[in-house]
Amino acid sequence: MLIPCPYCGARDAEEFSYRGDATPVRPDAAAPDAAEQFHDYVYLRDNPAGAFRELWYHSAGCRRWVEVERDTLTHAITATRFAAEGRRA
Amino acid sequence: MRYSLFNVIVNGLTKNRFAERAWRDPEPKPEYDVLVIGGGGHGLATAYYLAKNHGITNVAVLEKGWIGSGNAGRNTTIFRSNYLLPGNEPFYEHSVKLWEGLEQELNYNVMASQRGIVNLIHSDAQRDVYVRRGNAMRLAGADSELLDAAQVRTLLPFLDYDNARFPIKGGLLQARAGTARHDGVVWGFARAADKLGVDILQNREVTGFTRGPDGAVTGVETPRGTIKAKKIALAVAGSSSRLASKLGLRLPIESLVMQAFVSEAIKPLIPGVFTFGAGHFYISQSDKGGLVFGGDLDGYNSYAQRGNLPVIEDVLEGGVALMPLLGRLRLLRQWAGLCDMSMDGSPIIDIGPLPNLYLNAGWSYGGFKATPASGWCFAHTIARDEPHPLTKAMRLDRFRTGHVIDEKGVGAQPNLH
Repeated sequence: MLIPCPYCGARDAEEFSYRGDATPVRPDAAAPDAAEQFHDYVYLRDNPAGAFRELWYHSAGCRRWVEVERDTLTHAITATRFAAEGRRA
Repeated sequence: MRYSLFNVIVNGLTKNRFAERAWRDPEPKPEYDVLVIGGGGHGLATAYYLAKNHGITNVAVLEKGWIGSGNAGRNTTIFRSNYLLPGNEPFYEHSVKLWEGLEQELNYNVMASQRGIVNLIHSDAQRDVYVRRGNAMRLAGADSELLDAAQVRTLLPFLDYDNARFPIKGGLLQARAGTARHDGVVWGFARAADKLGVDILQNREVTGFTRGPDGAVTGVETPRGTIKAKKIALAVAGSSSRLASKLGLRLPIESLVMQAFVSEAIKPLIPGVFTFGAGHFYISQSDKGGLVFGGDLDGYNSYAQRGNLPVIEDVLEGGVALMPLLGRLRLLRQWAGLCDMSMDGSPIIDIGPLPNLYLNAGWSYGGFKATPASGWCFAHTIARDEPHPLTKAMRLDRFRTGHVIDEKGVGAQPNLH
């Protein structure tokens, strides 16, 4: 599997470390229901069969966090961007 | 028909002209007491023990493909109870005890063979870990024995004992562990459940659920009609999140694939199962002669039911480093199964989280060995609406309360379990 890194170009997936789902957002620890929100954030996942946004770290390359849009049924990658940009989107 | 030696001889001489089919192919009834979704080992074992232990026979098992088409046909057929944590070990030990009598119980040759498992030790630190694990196993009534290098050499003379990086210093043996015929297990449970009146409905994929006004799950929709049930039990392994999403639920599960391999058949070589935990490799030999082996997960979320080459290379490198003669064999087949990796690597057997719903999921890559005990305990949970004493720690709310069962201690990172 080749991952098109936004900085380095297409690189072997072996150069990357996997983090997982890119969609959970760290909740506000001061919120009144923070415990419940953290349970959802740490443990619960959509785990879709199909289009998926996930985080990879280019540990053997530019050492940037990359957000990858990949189909979990076919492994086809449709888009990549730096994780910081994905978070703003 | 009860299988027996007489039966084999008669059917052999009459070329199976009078042989019965192993289980019926019934039309579904409009309503069942219990509907089990998933005709894998766990679903079939659940239906069998519902009928056998609890007298609930108005039960159907729904399978989207055919019996044996999912993970039941994709595992590496090992059963063992060499776990560490008190939430897990007594459950898996109960499973080994059920394996020990499964053929007589089901009147079916599942080819269960207690040929033992050895976890190899390569360092002092690893020996400490395995001493602790062996003691934990004994505390739960399982058997374990610490072997020194000479004892391992007697059992497995063909390994590389003087590898510079991973010299073999000993092993932890569980002699009562073993292997079984994967298809035989599901066929045996299907036939035995059918004999007790359970309907096995193949080629019926669940496409949706019917719900009551209070949110209770009242039935399932399939392309061939709706089936009602008083209780609905989910036992669909890697597809758990997909089905749960149809009920608006999110589970602490991610789906990843794990690959397995079999070599060409050779004469008997490997006496049992052995694992090379430090190098992510384990292997056994099937009765047909093929060496059956595997290693790590493909490390990213996937529903593809196929693996990628880097993990194949990694597994084979680990195997050849430990067991150089493996390099002289040809690989026959390679495949991958869908693993429902839970957030702590341990399973979930529970009531809920919706009314009438029961959940059996999160077996990660270790579901095969649990098949009989999973059915035993899940049937208890469904029949009595309370967790079985052996699965009290395996409830879904453990993630909310912090009582996770993390054997490996890696946290909520499913690809690392």
